Amino acid sequence: MSAVPISFYLVLSAILFGLGVVAFVFKRNIITIFMSIELMLNAVNLAFVAFARARGELDGLVFVFFVIVVAAAEAAVGLAIVIMLAQNRQSLNVERVNLLKL
Amino acid sequence: MSIPIILFLVCALVAVAGAVVLILAREPIHSALALVVVMMALAVLYLLLGAPFIAAVQIIVYAGAIMVLFVFVIMLLNAGVEERTDFSKLAKFAGVPLGFFLLLEIAHWLAHSPIGAAIANGAGSSAGESSTTELSEMLFRQYLFPFEATSILILIAILGALVLARKEE
Repeated sequence: MSAVPISFYLVLSAILFGLGVVAFVFKRNIITIFMSIELMLNAVNLAFVAFARARGELDGLVFVFFVIVVAAAEAAVGLAIVIMLAQNRQSLNVERVNLLKL
Repeated sequence: MSIPIILFLVCALVAVAGAVVLILAREPIHSALALVVVMMALAVLYLLLGAPFIAAVQIIVYAGAIMVLFVFVIMLLNAGVEERTDFSKLAKFAGVPLGFFLLLEIAHWLAHSPIGAAIANGAGSSAGESSTTELSEMLFRQYLFPFEATSILILIAILGALVLARKEE
């Protein structure tokens, strides 16, 4: 069905994960930082599906399902925290959230 | 080049371009839409890998539910143009090249490892339509307990979100 080598998918997964890390480090808006976490989760999901395909087993797909469920829960709680933070600080900039910073 | 490889390259380019736009965009809403593009491209790749159920879940849950939540919060908080701060010289001149080097190293390792040499074609018997049936059987037999545990996780997440977003009296 597919003649694309698995390594292509893994390289794409690594590139997307790297871009997610770059976004996580460079962005200053807390919502965008959350989105870069989602990007990294997506990259890992792609690697899971590719490995499941390479091994001919479906356990990887079950893991992807659970990752998506946990990502949904994480987004719900995380965005609630973002709303609370925005109400308290009137800003979405993570530089302003420095209460625990030395 | 065969059609799957062309399809893969197009989707990979779209996904990487979307991720780059996510980084470069100054408004959060543009980043969110770029992330939707990445997720759509990944859904096509899941179809290409013979996982139609995961592709559907990717579009419905990720690109649908989670990203709508993100866009909703962006609209609710009226998030405007992101403030930029100056980065340290060390980050600019050492961090960025080292990050690219790490990326290249990972890509090189993956391309030359024995796993990378495995071709998707002949490895598995999980092809197309039957994979969803097998996946559901696996999910409701072997992974039944984790599956039920996720429902409690979602419930706790809803409660947590309610408690966090509630107005203080």
